[in-house]
Amino acid sequence: MAADRVSYTLDSTLETVNNAEETAGRMAAEAGFDDEEIMKISMAVREAAVNAVLHGNAYDPSKKVTLAFECTAQDLIIVIRDQGKGLDASKIPDPLAPDNLMKTSGRGIFLIRSFMDVVEINPSQTGTELKMIKHVHGNPADSKEAPQ
Amino acid sequence: MTMKSSTRQVDGVTIVDLSGRITLGEGSVVLRETVRDLLSKGQKKILLNLGDVNYIDSSGIGELVSAFTTAKNQGGELKLLNLTKKVHDLLQITKLYTVFDVKDDEATAVKSFK
Repeated sequence: MAADRVSYTLDSTLETVNNAEETAGRMAAEAGFDDEEIMKISMAVREAAVNAVLHGNAYDPSKKVTLAFECTAQDLIIVIRDQGKGLDASKIPDPLAPDNLMKTSGRGIFLIRSFMDVVEINPSQTGTELKMIKHVHGNPADSKEAPQ
Repeated sequence: MTMKSSTRQVDGVTIVDLSGRITLGEGSVVLRETVRDLLSKGQKKILLNLGDVNYIDSSGIGELVSAFTTAKNQGGELKLLNLTKKVHDLLQITKLYTVFDVKDDEATAVKSFK
């Protein structure tokens, strides 16, 4: 099966977050995922888009978010990029730690990692690229996170 | 679908019937303002009925935590009723299920308030 690839350039708005979620749900359905997996994929993409729009681009109208989907026979690969300062994944607090449990934010990356099979966070001086992979038929041999 | 909220009183407990999505933006704001409004009126026994909440994101989870903490800090109690499977699962994986007082029967939930 040839890879299907599509990408979007989006404004740093709340509408982008909703659009990204809806598009992810549609792409996941077309890739053959069941309803529960579609929910997880669309939620992971929503959280990634929230990070890009809020924390990366900080709603800056001059900065864009790019969202790309690639569907192969094995995987749905989703890449979202912002133009922010670059997210240092090592500094993200563990939301399950007792001291953080009652915090009102900081669960987005955790949820993404919980819902996707592979998550790579690649920060740079020109922004952050978040790559998420969901295996179409599942693969128990795979780890939750790719090597950094 | 955005979130809708309505309140009713049962034996001194304010039940907030929520429906739709609790997400970044409108849904979270509606929840925050509803709880703050109730607390400012002295209505400190709050039961959030989430039976018709079909979606919640990390911002919504944060708003639930905020509502719980705000009520507690003002001498009130906030409990959750009728979680959908999606919301239940989210609270489980974020380890918040045991933090919240979660009920699945309205009458029992109302009686459980001090």
